[in-house]
Amino acid sequence: MASPQPLLAHHFDTLDQQRESASLGMWVFLITEVMFFGGLFIAYIVYRTRSHAGFVAGSHELNVMLGAINTVVLICSSLTMAIAVRASQLGDRRTLVRFLVLTAILGLTFLGIKAVEYQEKFAHHLVPGPHFAWHGTTPGTVQLFFSLYFVMTGLHALHMIVGIGLIAWLLPRSMRGRYGPDYHHPIECFGLYWHFVDIVWIFLFPLLYLLGRSEHV
Amino acid sequence: MSTTERAVAEPPNYLSADYGVKSWLLTTDHKRIAILYLVAVTVFFVIGGIFAVLIRLELLTPQGDLMQSDTYNRVFTMHGVAMIFFFLIPSIPAVLGNFMVPIMVGARDLAFPKVNLASWYVFVLGGAFTLYAMIAGGVDTGWTFYTPFSTTFSNTHVVATGLGVFIVGFASIMTGLNFIVTIHRMRAPGLTWFRLPLFLWAHYATSLVMILGTPVIAITTLLLAVERGFKIGIFDPALGGDPVLFQHLFWFYSHPAVYIMVLPAMGVISELVAAFSRKAIFGYKFVAGASVAIAILGFLVWGHHMFVSGQSVYAATIFSVLSMLVAVPSAVKIFNWAATLYKGSVSFDTPMLYALGFIGLFTIGGLTGVMLATLGLDVHVHDTYFVVAHFHYVMVGGTIMGYLGGLHYWWPKISGRMYPKFWSKLAALIIFVGFNLTFFPQFLLGYMGMPRRYHVYPEEWQVLHVLSSAGASILGVGYIIPVFYLIWSMRYGPRAGDNPWGAAGLEWQTSSPPPTHNFVTTPVVTTEPYEYKAEEVTVG
Amino acid sequence: MHVSPLRVYLLIFSALMVLTLTTVLVAFQHLGPLNDLVALGIAGTKMTLVVLYFMHAKYSTRLTKLVLASGLAWLLILFAFTLSDYVSRGWLGVAGK
Repeated sequence: MASPQPLLAHHFDTLDQQRESASLGMWVFLITEVMFFGGLFIAYIVYRTRSHAGFVAGSHELNVMLGAINTVVLICSSLTMAIAVRASQLGDRRTLVRFLVLTAILGLTFLGIKAVEYQEKFAHHLVPGPHFAWHGTTPGTVQLFFSLYFVMTGLHALHMIVGIGLIAWLLPRSMRGRYGPDYHHPIECFGLYWHFVDIVWIFLFPLLYLLGRSEHV
Repeated sequence: MSTTERAVAEPPNYLSADYGVKSWLLTTDHKRIAILYLVAVTVFFVIGGIFAVLIRLELLTPQGDLMQSDTYNRVFTMHGVAMIFFFLIPSIPAVLGNFMVPIMVGARDLAFPKVNLASWYVFVLGGAFTLYAMIAGGVDTGWTFYTPFSTTFSNTHVVATGLGVFIVGFASIMTGLNFIVTIHRMRAPGLTWFRLPLFLWAHYATSLVMILGTPVIAITTLLLAVERGFKIGIFDPALGGDPVLFQHLFWFYSHPAVYIMVLPAMGVISELVAAFSRKAIFGYKFVAGASVAIAILGFLVWGHHMFVSGQSVYAATIFSVLSMLVAVPSAVKIFNWAATLYKGSVSFDTPMLYALGFIGLFTIGGLTGVMLATLGLDVHVHDTYFVVAHFHYVMVGGTIMGYLGGLHYWWPKISGRMYPKFWSKLAALIIFVGFNLTFFPQFLLGYMGMPRRYHVYPEEWQVLHVLSSAGASILGVGYIIPVFYLIWSMRYGPRAGDNPWGAAGLEWQTSSPPPTHNFVTTPVVTTEPYEYKAEEVTVG
Repeated sequence: MHVSPLRVYLLIFSALMVLTLTTVLVAFQHLGPLNDLVALGIAGTKMTLVVLYFMHAKYSTRLTKLVLASGLAWLLILFAFTLSDYVSRGWLGVAGK
């Protein structure tokens, strides 16, 4: 079912050129995101190397169960997103819509669990700032751990929120049958973004929750 | 001029295609967006220039008598922030690049025209944050925002300025992204990589730096704003944080940023030297490769800004050696331009004056850069006026000369008008003289130990400072003159033909100004770049 | 344009689940320095699977692969050179450092 709006932008010569340009553009954007998060990761690595004990102590306060569940949730959402992209490639409108919705629901689930975790931290006075309270040793570096924890997971959550917002934008267009074999690069490009956000969490989870788990605090 | 005459004289072009504020503010035409950027960066150049005037006024006398130290700190900080982030980084790519990149690849527009327009608004938004901070009292941390002063102890508008820098970085990323995809995917038939004008190679390399480096300054300024805004310690030594880590993250971008500033200028110079020697650039592939080499090597040297910060001596040694290495591709370009001039049919039109000025001044700036890369020497001249002189030679003697040269070369294409030769050449000469008078004394001052960011100094250095300030006033005059004749030319200048310089290049094969979609039919490229036929060279 | 069979997606998904379970279980074992290595190794493997199959990098143009590789390379530059400072402090015996 062809969309009534023109598919080919005036400055491109072919639909193929348009799709390839969009895809390349998205990949280039993703490596800017890699470098963006990369700054946080090197900060974490440097500080963890310098203040190992404090970071392990802080890490032990995190809820591994919730973190693991969230990891599973996000991987499921990557699966649903991949299926959605496939559906758009085949022009399968119903599957596309269903799996976009599923992806959004899984994303919201992730955010909900994150909110629960944040609430726990708040209740235990582990939010950095004037109300931070740590009764063990090395409170300074434990607070540093939590500063990075909140910035890293917070920035990640922000990216998830943007992602869910973009699904909301893509949904009405998907329902109208706009995407098919000739024109589906918005879904494809969004899929790349969503998988990237998943990959960030794939690293955040072990880095924040798992490293040092077997060590005695 | 009668209506009929005007109608005949002016074919439909991107300027006359539509009128009204909305047609400019909602345009997706890369050429109009380039003009929007021209206005925006000029505003910030003026702002940065005003702060420069204040600095040089203060430094006329050895005492800190024009302003208090606190105020002086704000003045040099705002000068740096305005000039670096809002003029030097965007100027050539967002003005000349935006205008020329699609035309030079033979396309109708950039790959993502709406992203291009959005980038201008992002620039303006970042500028607004920074302007607000300036008006509200400014920032006193130096443009480098070193912690923990910026995060904990400064009482100025660090967050607003930091956010301004954060936001404007995204404009840079969007531009770089657009250029990369355009150059890869939208080249006209027959336009292979090694037929691209060197201006495009330079902008491609610049875009690589924009893409890979800018996100790191983004996260750094974000962390700065978060630490200060939410009072959490990320770079706070009291909590185990490390101010040197801030410097690593800051300079990972800010060193490559200087290549964002200079690579496009080098691209312009290649075009100018070829056009005004009527000769293909000598060693085209080496110049193209040198651009990419500079972009890559430029990421491996940032520690040379941290030689005295507490970095390990081992790392410092590695950074020192790599910093010397990065000078090599730059030197390759200088040699190739000189070889192009040799036995070329050289004409001294205004753009060429700027190009020749660039070659001389960038050489001085670059050589002093190698001096600074030498770890042992840098320990003595770090944070002195030697460094200040070095970077002004490359950024002002380099980038700004390149920008002005490019502006004067492509002005007839952009506006369809020619500017008066006498005033344009005069301005170029005034700028050259004023520039050297301003900044050469600063090498001497720095070598003798005059610290940067100080407004009080020993009496015996006053002569050099007075010379520098005198030079600055001459330089200022030189910069103001083009504003007048360029604006004048838009209405009263003689109409320029398609190719007033007789230069090679796709941009000269379309009308001046170009039509909205750049070409009537998509060009097919069959020639090498800079094909100047021997018999077209006029003798004498 | 490459369309992956659903089977491939489900296979990769299963692998990701297994790897997630593994990394959580291994985290609680006392493996000394191996703990960190295994955790990061598993994360790297998961990332590779997502990039190659979910993001179709395996079936993309050479340019896409180059872009991807450059991104990772640059991240490594940031990590390696920054860490080289911290790791080597005190290596060269210079007075005062």
